[in-house]
Amino acid sequence: MGRRTTTFGRIVRTGMLNFVRNAWLAVAAMAIMIITLTIILFSLIVNATFRNTVDQITDKINISIYLKDTVSEAQAKTFVDDLRALPSVEKVSYLDKAAALRAYMKQNVGNESLLKAINETDNPLPATIQVKPRDLNQLGQIRSFIEKPDNKKLQSDPASDNGDRREAIDKITHATNIMRRAGVVAVAVFATISVLIIFNTIQMAIFNRRDELQIMRLLGASTWYIRGPFVIEAIIYGILSAIISILLINALFITASNSLQATSLGILDISYSQQYFRNHFWWLLVIQLALGILIGAASSIIATRRYLKFKTPKK
Amino acid sequence: MVSDRYAIILLMILLDRVTKTYNKNLGSALDRISLHVEPKEFVIVVGQSGAGKSTLLKLLTREERPSSGKIIVGGIDYDKLPDKNIPLLRRKIGVVFQDFKLLPNRTVFENVAFALEIVGVSQKEINNTVPRVLDIVNLKDKASRMPRELSGGERQRVAIARAIVRQPKILIADEPTGNLDPKHAWDVIAVLEKINRYGTTVLLTTHNQDIVNKLKRRVITIKQGKIDSDRANASYNEKRPVPEARVRN
Repeated sequence: MGRRTTTFGRIVRTGMLNFVRNAWLAVAAMAIMIITLTIILFSLIVNATFRNTVDQITDKINISIYLKDTVSEAQAKTFVDDLRALPSVEKVSYLDKAAALRAYMKQNVGNESLLKAINETDNPLPATIQVKPRDLNQLGQIRSFIEKPDNKKLQSDPASDNGDRREAIDKITHATNIMRRAGVVAVAVFATISVLIIFNTIQMAIFNRRDELQIMRLLGASTWYIRGPFVIEAIIYGILSAIISILLINALFITASNSLQATSLGILDISYSQQYFRNHFWWLLVIQLALGILIGAASSIIATRRYLKFKTPKK
Repeated sequence: MVSDRYAIILLMILLDRVTKTYNKNLGSALDRISLHVEPKEFVIVVGQSGAGKSTLLKLLTREERPSSGKIIVGGIDYDKLPDKNIPLLRRKIGVVFQDFKLLPNRTVFENVAFALEIVGVSQKEINNTVPRVLDIVNLKDKASRMPRELSGGERQRVAIARAIVRQPKILIADEPTGNLDPKHAWDVIAVLEKINRYGTTVLLTTHNQDIVNKLKRRVITIKQGKIDSDRANASYNEKRPVPEARVRN
């Protein structure tokens, strides 16, 4: 074992020992860290859930344009190409009369009388262009393009766009934005408090052992040899807090799914949240650990800095 | 110039017109002190409280920086020593304090081992070295005691063991006998002499004229921040002026 490994081992061991010795100080520091990390984790999940809800609704939005039977293939193709060229359009699909009929029949498999009725007549369905918008807020642009007189005259019926969901979508987007902002503020506030409290805890630990630190300094211990154990101690706070906070959220979901019969709470789709949490468990744990370690390390490095300075020259 | 550089390499401690002022209104704690110590010398620094002895030692361990002047110890020029290398300097100097500065929660063995731990010595080597050093200070059988279970003299010998365990070129002892009764004081001095015989330069500050007079070593007297006298094989009396002795050089 090289000197570096030996020294690193000693630093880690001392840090763990200090963690055990300062158990009560550790509880205070960890409590606040757990709250912070839980709030961060919670906002991550809620955020993902809202995004999913909005995505799902967006996915269902679809504008159908019905073409007159007199419109030629060439005209239809130009129209489709023009639509594709719009920046707000994600996808355009063209169904000629026969394809529209097939799609319609496929949708109504099992409805014998309807299928029979259709077979007995000429194909009553118009050729259809289906447009999928890229973004809900850009529906207007597509709509006004469709409504242009040149384009309008190709159409047999007014274009339909299940746009009645629009209002609901607006509400959800609005709520999501508010929640996101509140989340950011809460995370910022608690992260700050957390850093301050951990900072204080470590300062107390240092104060209790200032004689020891002074002796270490006089014997020629390097800055990192003295600081290392404090940083390790704080990193242990971070790791434990991350694990506890993710277990807390897990417990919360178990309780929620047991006691709530509904799969959603207001506009929050709990079943999706749960699913997201399960699917991203390791990834979320990694984020939590990284944040915990970062908060712990940063506050301990700052807390020890003042005690480790050498005297500067006085001229 | 060449001879200067040669001298620096040969000397263990070189102070050139070193002044230390803590507070301009109170005058200087040390005033233009110049001093040479050669390797393997045993030097006693005497002087009344407030004369500047402690300041001198603090300058050598780089706890304080001089207001002006040059300090070179063991070939290291303090002006050119960056802060991050101060620990490396301190590892080359063994220091013994009047108040021992032992870690109260560690055994005798652990206190001595501590000095080796911080420089990354392996546990195996520590287990090898520490008992030998405890043997030098006659504390081999007390390795597992806690500092509070020891007498003052024993504690000071633990501190000496800790200071020499890394085999420093220089041992600085700041009034190591200041808190001890005469018997224990002599135990400590005996250990210092032993270490000096092994080849370590020793710089000892003391108030104790008895010790100074019996040791018959080089004595530097500091008075009001200045070197009052510097004699080989000298004796010292705090009350009376230093009696005539062979003047150095």
